[in-house]
Amino acid sequence: MDRIIQLALSGIANGAIFALVALGFVLIYKSSDVINFAQGELLLIGAYLTYTMVELFGLWWPIGVVIAVVLAAAVGVVIEQLVLRPLIGEPAISVIMVTIGLSSLLRAMVGAIWGVTPRPAPQFLPTDTVTILGANVGVDRIWAFVLAIALFALLTLFFRFSREGIAMRAVADDQQAALSMGISVKKVWAVAWAIAAITAAVGGILLMSIFGGLSGTIGRVGLLVFPVVILGGLDSIPGAIIGGLIIGLLQSFAGGLLPPEWGLGEVAPFVVLLLILLVRPYGLFGQRIIERV
Amino acid sequence: MQSGTFHTTYASDVRLRPYWPQRIRIVIVLALALIFPWFADRYWLNLANTIAIAAIGAIGLNILVGYTGQISIGHGGFLAVGAYTAGLMAVNLGTPMWITIPVASFFTAVVGAFFGLPSLRLKGLYLAIATLASQEIIIWVLTHGKLLGIGESLSLPRASNNLFGLPMEWLGNNDFAFYWICLVALILTVIFVSNLFRTRTGRAFVAIRDQDIAAQVIGVDLFRYKLLAFATSSFFAGLAGALTAHYRGVISWERFTIDTSILYLAMIIIGGMGSVSGSIYGAAFMTLLPALLSNLARALSDVVPNINSYLPYMQQGAFGLAIILFLIFEPEGIVKMWRNVKDYFRLWPFSY
Repeated sequence: MDRIIQLALSGIANGAIFALVALGFVLIYKSSDVINFAQGELLLIGAYLTYTMVELFGLWWPIGVVIAVVLAAAVGVVIEQLVLRPLIGEPAISVIMVTIGLSSLLRAMVGAIWGVTPRPAPQFLPTDTVTILGANVGVDRIWAFVLAIALFALLTLFFRFSREGIAMRAVADDQQAALSMGISVKKVWAVAWAIAAITAAVGGILLMSIFGGLSGTIGRVGLLVFPVVILGGLDSIPGAIIGGLIIGLLQSFAGGLLPPEWGLGEVAPFVVLLLILLVRPYGLFGQRIIERV
Repeated sequence: MQSGTFHTTYASDVRLRPYWPQRIRIVIVLALALIFPWFADRYWLNLANTIAIAAIGAIGLNILVGYTGQISIGHGGFLAVGAYTAGLMAVNLGTPMWITIPVASFFTAVVGAFFGLPSLRLKGLYLAIATLASQEIIIWVLTHGKLLGIGESLSLPRASNNLFGLPMEWLGNNDFAFYWICLVALILTVIFVSNLFRTRTGRAFVAIRDQDIAAQVIGVDLFRYKLLAFATSSFFAGLAGALTAHYRGVISWERFTIDTSILYLAMIIIGGMGSVSGSIYGAAFMTLLPALLSNLARALSDVVPNINSYLPYMQQGAFGLAIILFLIFEPEGIVKMWRNVKDYFRLWPFSY
């Protein structure tokens, strides 16, 4: 029983991080119909920038994290301006491929700058454990969960009350109508990429801290984002949160309860993804598109 | 000077190569392909074989993505199915190549049709991610398939490389002998696929790509033709995979990860979507680019120290950069660039 609670709690913590990364993905998709295959690389860049600021430059970690997150946001905006802007109106496959090319380019750059050898990650979260409901849980996981939830709350407030946030919702709802109301769609896209890069960077930093090490494998979370967003529906923010938690729990239980040599933790999310798509082709909360000839 | 298209009979209208310069060009290309192996060393023969195998796989993917409009990120998985089917037959049953390759191709077609089942209900991006899931599932089966008697890597017995009982050594060394096999397979693939899109089935594929609902309205059975597109595409993936298995002699799952699926997608994007010749150009470009870079690195290794340790990143970065630049500046790929060059000379000096 303790084992189950422990797996559940670590699954929830991972799930919160997945949800955070997935949120950035959904934001980009909602505002500009772009499927971003480079989300995992944005995560990688955020983590490595933090590592550089804190370990190599020796900055006090809150300052280092803030600088890294700002730089990551800048990378997001630059990507949007240089790469995605020229492809407006191109078919879906072109847009998918350009983000795939981008992910390859970014991974090569990260590899060329920082190398592939795993590095010890700077520790900012406490590493001791506490006992909840009889299960031992690392405090860092609880912090990761709390921070992820806090960022979610912040973003919710942003979308509800700030001018830019409301503009983004308007664009997601109806691009034509938003344009005719004088909203700058270009600015909205830039903001969407900036926020996506920020959420990815924070997710990367949290993962780095939980794993206690930094290597290219963190970018693999970028692939796990797909089951998460598809499960929740590509264009649903609540879907991203629920999908993230489901996939986190699923991965934790499949990897922890079943024999480890089966390695089901990695493949289970994809199997569930296929099954859910067979029953609900637009995910759990995705908007059904009515097509006309 | 050619001033327009003036067909006077149906037969000339449906011809694949209506003009005599096109036919001359085909003869020249074929002649070059026949002469090439006698002058090339094993390095170039190896590259040529890799290109030919990649071209078969890329043509297969183009049937699905370029002609039928179903985005698939699972092609690497289907290559793996072909390679492992051929490999397991050769290892466990000692079956010769000329049996394993067709069997593997047909088996992959069946597997492809199975993973194409979601395409009935899913469209566009959702389908793309469902194929990504099938890729991950296939690779998981290969890496954890001890229950099925599949090791993580396989070594094929040399003896299985024979044609109707004749050992391959009879033709010459491995690279030289396989050049002919790959060439024949590629030519057959090109002939089949070029003609496929003049048939009822091929037209149905194109109709589904252009507007699937409209296609359904005029009586195209969407489910049947989508599955058929997945099966046909996977058939050629299986052919390419089986050829790889027998040519390399050793297969392991690392060759068929999602990176491979992406590589094949990149080939058809860069070569030209919905074009058979484009698939070949793309396969050649994507195979030659890393080879060129590693030659460049070797040439520069005296001038720039430890350039070799940066080579993998250069190759990966160049791959990504090539995709991005092509999509921004020439989204229709090498085929369109080649057509622009031809048009320039055809219309010169009156280029308007």
